[in-house]
Amino acid sequence: MSTLLQNGRIIDPANQIDGRGSILIDQGVIQEIYLDAPPADLPEDCAIIDASNNWLVPGLIDMHVHLREPGQEHKETIASGCKAAVAGGFTAVACMPNSTPINDGQEITIFILAKAAEADLCRVHPVGAISKNSGGSELSEFGELKKAGAVAVSDDGLPVESSQLMRRALEYSGNYDLPVISHSEEMTLSQNGAMNEGALATRLGLRGIPHVAEEIMVYRDIALASYLRRPLHLAHLSTEESIDLVRRAKAKGAMITAETAPHYFTLTEAAVADYDTHAKMNPPLRSEADRQAIRLGIADGTIDAIASDHAPHSQLEKMVEFDLAANGIIGLETSLPLSLALVRDGLITPSRLVELLSLNPARILKVGGGTLAKGAPADITVIDPDSSFCYERQDIVSKSENSPFLGQELQGRAVLTMVAGQVRHTTL
Amino acid sequence: MEEETAFKHNHILGLEQLSAADIHFLLKTAESFKEISTRQIKKVPALRGRTVINLFFEPSTRTKLSFEVAAKRMSADTFSISASTSSLTKGETLIDTARNLAAMNPDIIILRHAFSGSPGLLAKHINASVINAGDGTHEHPSQGLLDLLTVQETKGRIAGLKVAIIGDIAHSRVAHSNIIGFAKLGAQVKVAGPATLIPLGLAEMGAQACATVEEAVSEADVVMTLRIQQERQAESLFPSLREYANHFGINKKVMELARPDAIIMHPGPINRGVELAPDLADGVSSVIMDQVTNGVAIRMAMLYAIMGGGE
Repeated sequence: MSTLLQNGRIIDPANQIDGRGSILIDQGVIQEIYLDAPPADLPEDCAIIDASNNWLVPGLIDMHVHLREPGQEHKETIASGCKAAVAGGFTAVACMPNSTPINDGQEITIFILAKAAEADLCRVHPVGAISKNSGGSELSEFGELKKAGAVAVSDDGLPVESSQLMRRALEYSGNYDLPVISHSEEMTLSQNGAMNEGALATRLGLRGIPHVAEEIMVYRDIALASYLRRPLHLAHLSTEESIDLVRRAKAKGAMITAETAPHYFTLTEAAVADYDTHAKMNPPLRSEADRQAIRLGIADGTIDAIASDHAPHSQLEKMVEFDLAANGIIGLETSLPLSLALVRDGLITPSRLVELLSLNPARILKVGGGTLAKGAPADITVIDPDSSFCYERQDIVSKSENSPFLGQELQGRAVLTMVAGQVRHTTL
Repeated sequence: MEEETAFKHNHILGLEQLSAADIHFLLKTAESFKEISTRQIKKVPALRGRTVINLFFEPSTRTKLSFEVAAKRMSADTFSISASTSSLTKGETLIDTARNLAAMNPDIIILRHAFSGSPGLLAKHINASVINAGDGTHEHPSQGLLDLLTVQETKGRIAGLKVAIIGDIAHSRVAHSNIIGFAKLGAQVKVAGPATLIPLGLAEMGAQACATVEEAVSEADVVMTLRIQQERQAESLFPSLREYANHFGINKKVMELARPDAIIMHPGPINRGVELAPDLADGVSSVIMDQVTNGVAIRMAMLYAIMGGGE
């Protein structure tokens, strides 16, 4: 049976399309894009979905999530995380290796892919660890990881402290064309910090994490990647100077790509003011100047991707003293509405938004997708950019509720998520 | 008009949340309560039938005893729980511990805790009033208030005074409450210490950071020196106790720069010969023992105000 997504605004930067049209889907692939009226002779059993108030975009890809399985299933499982992903408009996610045990080898990668296949909701791309047990001393088996299905390597959650090990990772990943993703943090500076360093941290009596803790490692990894002429992806950038470093590196021709998360361009450290553990994350929420610099970096192309850093934690980890609370917030279901605000604010075009949330993640991870080309797998997100809704606890699909955006009015959301031609989420 | 203002807080989490009028009310109430502690029968019935729980997750002698004495002099029933005897060591969360205590219907829980913001967390989850008896590196409001009371008594005023606070400002909840309190009542606060222990954002809090102790102490009416924790040396925050004593300790020579009638304060316990020369600690300008005496009075006032005594 075929499906026609009819008369929507097709936004497909990979093919330089932004205009009204319809998409015919059959056999799990995109059969045809009609930029004029669709033909009268559609197959008889064709299901027609009216998309006249919607955007039709290539399936969104969140290149940085934590699915918590194996090991921390009380926070999220691969199935519940995938459900949250499709509810948020994502047809693919890349999951970081800091499960328990760490995904540093074939077994865990195979396990994750098997669980994802069982859930059968969205595509899951495992990211393997750079070092064994993310311990920072020995490289993990990149070749075996790749063979099992890992799409990149990162010690996310922990930085690679040794410059020598980072150098080896950047070199050795070349054998397997595996992207290296850097969690940039100088641990001796950030140690035991609970929020951004500054006047507010002093007032609250919380130990601060200075922004230079991120920037020093951003610079180190750019320096290594430039020296070795290797690509490098920088995760969850949060500071003004980090953005500047990436801008300068790109101008010099370094193969650097960078992502930020919606909370870094939406919130500032002020969200922590009442010791709200839902505003505790790593890197921490920063100053207004940093927030503005990130928005500028998104607008001028310095930032390549928006990723949620979806980090589910239960109340066990969050309903505690601020110093003891775990870092991170959920984001799969708020990433799109928060990013749409950038379009409404006139900062970026809808087409650029699709680059940030779909095309660029696909290109950086080399996982396919990010396009509405004829013959491509029918991974499509249908977006209602206008509808407002209050983000309430009972609406959350993820297993965890740790979001600083609870109770807030958000605008724009995915109304239909299609993965390989299958509708995995719809409110139409 | 501040006398007219009622004290409307259910909790005392820090001086940050109190207005100048609130602070004046507490100081005035404490002054009137001081006499009670000089009587032969040191007890008034103001809080009879009220239950006060001292919940101390950090070791404390002075503050815990002071709160207990204060509550008993107001005729409240008091109970004290310290970390070593509590269920915290059995892995219970702070919120669970608090909820269990709350189920016994106390009126006031006085909390001392190693983590900043814990009293606020408690206040959100239980009905009882919460008084912060020191939380992490955040605030120590009863200490700040008793210091204000001591200065007001000695100097007759606070507005317009020059106050120097010397030492580990970054880790001192006492310093934080004092800076906020003195600034709110119109004093000029200067701080000094090793630059590694001077945090960002002091101007926003109401204090001016000085490069040298001499600069901070110059012309000061009040010199407050803070306890230096020896473990800070291991964190490379200062090189040695000798250097600290020689360069940041308060001695007679430094005090010559202050006003002739300047007073010396210390929240205790003192490292004699490190942050404060022994002859000064026991000298005529020291008001350290007055601070302790005033501690009981100010805590009586806090308990009284929070139970609606200001209405």
